[in-house]
Amino acid sequence: MTPQFVLEGTVVGLAVGSIYALIAVGFAVLYKSTKILNLAHGELVLFGGYLAIALTTAAGHLPAPLAFGLGVAGTLVAAAALGFGVERAVMRPLFGQPLLSVIIVTLALGYVIRGVMVGIWSGETRTFPLVVPPVVVRVASVPVPLVGVWSAAAAAALLVLFSLFFRYTRWGVAMRAAANEQLTASALGVSLRRVFAYAWAFAAIAGAVGGILLGLWLGVNFALAAVGLKALAALILGGLDSIPGAIVGGLVVGVLETIVGGYIDAHVRLFGHPLHGFKEVTAYLVILLVLMVRPYGLFGTEHIERL
Amino acid sequence: MGAGVPLVDVVLDVRHVTLRFAGLVAVSDLSLSVRAGELLGIIGPNGAGKTSVLNCINGFYRPQAGRIRFLDRDVTRLLPHTRAALCIARTFQNIALYPHMTVLQNILSGRLVHMRSSLMGCGVYWGFGQREVLRHRERVEEIVDFLEIEAYRDARVGELPYGIQKKVELGRALAMEPRLLLLDEPMAGMTVDEKLDMARYILELREVRGLPMVLIEHDMGVVMDLCDRILAMDYGRKIAEGPPEEIQNHPDVIRAYLGEEHGLAEEVAGR
Repeated sequence: MTPQFVLEGTVVGLAVGSIYALIAVGFAVLYKSTKILNLAHGELVLFGGYLAIALTTAAGHLPAPLAFGLGVAGTLVAAAALGFGVERAVMRPLFGQPLLSVIIVTLALGYVIRGVMVGIWSGETRTFPLVVPPVVVRVASVPVPLVGVWSAAAAAALLVLFSLFFRYTRWGVAMRAAANEQLTASALGVSLRRVFAYAWAFAAIAGAVGGILLGLWLGVNFALAAVGLKALAALILGGLDSIPGAIVGGLVVGVLETIVGGYIDAHVRLFGHPLHGFKEVTAYLVILLVLMVRPYGLFGTEHIERL
Repeated sequence: MGAGVPLVDVVLDVRHVTLRFAGLVAVSDLSLSVRAGELLGIIGPNGAGKTSVLNCINGFYRPQAGRIRFLDRDVTRLLPHTRAALCIARTFQNIALYPHMTVLQNILSGRLVHMRSSLMGCGVYWGFGQREVLRHRERVEEIVDFLEIEAYRDARVGELPYGIQKKVELGRALAMEPRLLLLDEPMAGMTVDEKLDMARYILELREVRGLPMVLIEHDMGVVMDLCDRILAMDYGRKIAEGPPEEIQNHPDVIRAYLGEEHGLAEEVAGR
């Protein structure tokens, strides 16, 4: 593994990782606010990618940046509506039910969304019309496609925006209060219904943006939903209930899979056969190792219980 | 309470409230009222349903039967956050503060119902947003002074002694500028000195601010000294209600507290 390989892997990995981080933050906010592990999160990513491509293509007669802008705006509105809708129609009636039942319902929800997406847009890889010129730029002397730089920058900007929202707005603070202790927060005047609704909308938007950014770079097919699982991995790595942990976890997963996975895919041979697709599982192997040492993740709350 | 009491004087009016959990009746046909400036004590053995009554009043639980009126408004079906917005504040039996935040931040969280500015608002009306922050901070400082916790202002709540945490929790409830304050065992687990402090704060809230309160407390000495009126519960029912002297000697109350050991107690006393 040459230093050049590591440097390239780090730069590209951070770019991909920032998108993972964004997706993981959506996942984490929902988990923190509602305690629901949303197994449909990957499908929200898929939804964003597919819908944005469809809308951008439909607006194809307009200049490319305008068409893309409209496509993204429409997707964000639709994602928010989807989030609010899911909360209102599916989750609110389940309020107070055992958490495991609710989590299984999110799994079913994921299958439904994925089924509908693939039904409408088929399982083949779809790509955005050319939005960013296919140029390669150099970042720290590493060649990176311009679209990757854009995606990473957009993800980073959104992460900053989100943290401002949670730090300074009334609803951001209310959501944090609810995340700590739901009943207490409601006694202080926080509407839990609204917090839950906002959390779902937020998760859907973060997922959809992740889908758009990954889609811009790599195209969208139904396998993109697996990214949701990768975000879960990033989140567990960072500690389930930690937002900074989700960001660090996302970046770490991005870098690791690019460097370690990339290296193994390219250079390691097993019984004389090259290994393929190791990149996809690297993240999970790392998480397995980390959890053996720190079961609550890197930044998660340590639960100490007396027995 | 008597029909002669004019309704405007009654801050909180709970009528025939019944609360069931599956087969268990936690509160059974209970009525109570709190008048302006009054301190009502609720006593009863463990599991008598005292906290359940508070939970019905602030909206955590919705009773299956009965009505709850607050300041002439029917709040029976309102959610907890809406009742909080009407300035019903409470403290909790087990401290429910944000342990990682400072004392000031915790008390400031009680100001949420009075906050208006959003991020957008702060950006556009910077001066207004800043003035609002200052106003909230002033209120918080007044409370810090009142509770004599200046020294702990910036300490993390989770690292403070239990008695101080109880004070902070009272402070957070006061930050809501309550029109009714529900206190669930505010002195449990406190040292004698801390109890005296807490009793002093409660008295001052009643005497100086005329704040109506409902107090659940196990320390009989405290309850008898502080409260205007006392309601005694057992098995979810009201067994007695009246001024402290009356409750102290009420046979049903004595029976509820001493239970089967009553005979034993008499024996001991007689020997």
